[in-house]
Amino acid sequence: MSSLLEVSGVSKTFDGFRAINDLSIQINEPELRAIIGPNGAGKTTFMDIVTGKTKPDVGRVVWGERNESLLGLSEAEIANKGIGRKFQKPTVFEDQTVRQNLAMALKNPRGPFAVLFHRKTEEGAARIEEIAAEIGLSDQLTRTAGELSHGQKQWLEIGMLLAQDPRLLLVDEPAAGMTAEEREKTTDILRRAAQTRAVVVVEHDMEFVRRLDCKVTVLHEGHVLAEGSLDHVTADPMVIDVYLGRSDA
Amino acid sequence: MTQGFLVTNRSVRWFLMALALFTAVVAFGSEASGAGLVSTSLVKTLGKTLCLCLIAVAMDVVWGYCGILSLGHFAFFGIGGYAVGMWLMYARTEGIVMSSLQAQTIPPTPAEVSDAIGSQIFGVVGSSDFPMIWAFAHSLPLQLLMVVLVPGFLALIFGWLAFRSRVTGVYLSILTQAMTLALSLYLFQNDSGLRGNNGLSGLQNIPGFEQTSQATISLVFFLASALALGLGYVLFAWVVAGKMGSVVKGIRDNEARVRFLGYRVEGYKLFVFTLTAVVSGIAGALYYPQAGIINPAEIAPIASIYLAVWVAIGGRGRLYGAVIGAALVSLLSSWFTGGGAPDVNLGFYRIQWTDWWLVLLGLSFVCVTLFFPKGIGGLFDYIVRKPS
Ligand SMILES: Nc1ncnc2c1ncn2[C@@H]1O[C@H](COP(=O)(O)OP(=O)(O)O)[C@@H](O)[C@H]1O
Ligand SMILES: [Mg+2]
Repeated sequence: MSSLLEVSGVSKTFDGFRAINDLSIQINEPELRAIIGPNGAGKTTFMDIVTGKTKPDVGRVVWGERNESLLGLSEAEIANKGIGRKFQKPTVFEDQTVRQNLAMALKNPRGPFAVLFHRKTEEGAARIEEIAAEIGLSDQLTRTAGELSHGQKQWLEIGMLLAQDPRLLLVDEPAAGMTAEEREKTTDILRRAAQTRAVVVVEHDMEFVRRLDCKVTVLHEGHVLAEGSLDHVTADPMVIDVYLGRSDA
Repeated sequence: MTQGFLVTNRSVRWFLMALALFTAVVAFGSEASGAGLVSTSLVKTLGKTLCLCLIAVAMDVVWGYCGILSLGHFAFFGIGGYAVGMWLMYARTEGIVMSSLQAQTIPPTPAEVSDAIGSQIFGVVGSSDFPMIWAFAHSLPLQLLMVVLVPGFLALIFGWLAFRSRVTGVYLSILTQAMTLALSLYLFQNDSGLRGNNGLSGLQNIPGFEQTSQATISLVFFLASALALGLGYVLFAWVVAGKMGSVVKGIRDNEARVRFLGYRVEGYKLFVFTLTAVVSGIAGALYYPQAGIINPAEIAPIASIYLAVWVAIGGRGRLYGAVIGAALVSLLSSWFTGGGAPDVNLGFYRIQWTDWWLVLLGLSFVCVTLFFPKGIGGLFDYIVRKPS
């Protein structure tokens, strides 16, 4: 098992406020990892830094076997290296059909001219069917994404991630606003995805994390507080103090 | 691919049929074909309107589909007009100069000819030298090349600078206004090489066709404009139909998301901006020979704002909406401002439409924005059920 993503010594300050403070995290391939932590712990900012949306003040973000630095690359370049991202708020293209959303994400050449002369292929259509089945939207392909329920939009966005065929999936709060049943389905999708890739899931909900049954990293004030199995970290007095002690979980 | 796309796009077929029908009615009714039901000046107005419809379709692609509210596309339209106007003026003046010099006993030297043409064209700005930018004016093919190259190049450079630094929204709109304002102010100067505020004139006289009547010439330009609109419409409909359309609309709705899918948004914006600029240049090159004159006021910032108003009133993101908006508003505008609309006497006040038309247009714009955000084109949603 080799390390796919290595974040080390990263700090980021917003207007004097340290959102990320000497953060180091290693993700292997394949792996399923949960990141938990109270609101404002820097979980989303961590994803922003990995995907190129935010530039860190110091630190290294290194990717793949060839230990390439991701710092300085654009969002699109990082995405094309094989990092897909699901946002905290579901962001699908509401004006377009489920099929169009998935087709746009499908792994294909990304240049304007390649896209302009793109022809639909049988493999592409088959792949879309396959992903739609995986996320349980097979009978929704012709619907406009804006008409989907909240949970369905979240799945569609996960489906778009899968369509990109990334090596690393960063999934920000996938279960927010979902019913218990929907959550269960979401954990299943994520666990299956993690059999062949690295999947990093940010989540608040302890039940959800327990069902993921994976290594957990606890973030607090932009720093890793504890790492290990869920039982291990929840037994850690520091974690209990800063997080569990004052949370409803 | 284009074939399959025409089969699946009902609105494109409807549009082409309507355009063909309209063109046929005007052509058969025109003075040139002997019927005389449509006057030559009306043929010119309608031909010019078709060119405005074409730039409106381009505007819809850049704004309605890609979300870039460009308030500078009339700059490209004007450049197209100037490019073709330079050849028209040069060639016609050359003809006049040659025939007058031919009368002399000693044949004129090339330098004398060039001087004579220069003083004819640039006399109004107190000069007789040909500026650099007239280097290709003697050649129609080269100037036609300029019609697409200059707007394309300007759009490419402007777009590259703006999109690369991720200027968006209202800041980008202001930047495009600045671009067209700067160009217009530059052209207003006498030493700009394009005759300052006089602009280029006599463009309705086509060199080599001095014996052809204006009725015929205007009909030919009308038909060419209709063809250009038809082709431009099909081109843009094809661009926004497939996966390109998906990405472009995605950029409009959520630029960041498109980036994280691995698409380089700047490249797409640049493609759309430049392609629409080139088509705008072509529309301008067809428009000004029908108008007869072009001057820097044509590309004043307000012109590009009107363009956005047409598209908003017609309805964004549906191409035919832009055509409806441009045709309706520009024709109404010439009717009202040309004194066509009768004054309204309120007893205590006389509404003269030449003054009040802008107020009416402004109110309509506000009403459409507030109450009918889908514009006139939105009405079609009630008539036609969208195929899924
Ligand atoms: N672009 C930004 N500008 C200023 N402050 C920010 C920015 N992004 C995040 N922050 C701050 O950084 C902290 C961490 O935020 P975030 O990563 O969203 O936390 P989490 O996702 O763990 O809830 C918060 O206090 C937030 O206000
Ligand atoms: Mg967050």
